[in-house]
Amino acid sequence: MDDTDKKIVTYIQAGFPVSAHPYADIGARLGLGEDEVIERIKGIMSSGEIRRLGASFDSRKLGYSSTLCAVHVAPEKLEDAIEVINSYYNVTHNYERNHHYNVWFTLIAPSPDRIREILAEMEERAGIGPVINLPAVKLFKIQVDLPVIDG
Amino acid sequence: MGRALTSSEKELVRLLQEDIPLTPAPFSDLGEAVGMTEAEVLAKVQEWVADGTIRRFGAMVRHQKLGYKANAMSAWDVPDERAEEVGGVFAAADEVSHCYQRPRAEGWDYNVFAMIHGATAAECEEVAAELARRAGVEKYDLLFSSKEFKKISMKYFMEQD
Repeated sequence: MDDTDKKIVTYIQAGFPVSAHPYADIGARLGLGEDEVIERIKGIMSSGEIRRLGASFDSRKLGYSSTLCAVHVAPEKLEDAIEVINSYYNVTHNYERNHHYNVWFTLIAPSPDRIREILAEMEERAGIGPVINLPAVKLFKIQVDLPVIDG
Repeated sequence: MGRALTSSEKELVRLLQEDIPLTPAPFSDLGEAVGMTEAEVLAKVQEWVADGTIRRFGAMVRHQKLGYKANAMSAWDVPDERAEEVGGVFAAADEVSHCYQRPRAEGWDYNVFAMIHGATAAECEEVAAELARRAGVEKYDLLFSSKEFKKISMKYFMEQD
């Protein structure tokens, strides 16, 4: 990415214009033409630096429940267990971490009951458990607008 | 606390969780797809941004590709009556992107979580040590991810929902 690309990314990361001609508006702010803005964003997206250009919804406002889960999985069972866990479209993030509870994933579903149902089914199908279910009781910060830095 | 969305609003959610069209009038194109006018789509998106239904509207970047090489999930054992105060201290740090209070569980004594971002693992450790000092909390653990098994954006109102 050159400096112009970085300026575009910084600008549309903080907020994409909700207007009739957003790319023309971005261009007007950065001194670029509408076509150039569109072409540059296409390029940045195909390079993978931007993984998505759209809306991130608050699951609660749409009536959904979310949680963070962890489970201990023995190394020899890991591959099969991950396949089962990841098979749920409700699982959005899943990481291996350095703790006895070595598999950590987030899960979003229409209700807390549905979450418990999915977890019980998952334990059964993967032969793992117990999965600990840690829904947030209080949110202190959620902020995804990290600044673009050189690297 | 669910809200009753109309079927065209649900359809609009489905489209907005994909990529915005790279066309001169993308909201007009989205409206055409869901049976709404451009003005209706703009008003709805603005309403959702204002009331927090849309948490963020714009480009989601790959942090790891843009210089944040390491992240650590820090987990803290905080006396419940101090959770709010300590959460506030952590939330004020620039290096912390997410911070929550969660329940404890069997084999898991930690109740406050803070996601720490840094250029290296060592930098994350320094940040955690500094947060521990500022908050006056001694018992914590840093969990680094050694492998990413999955990372997607949730798709709402799909399949059986």
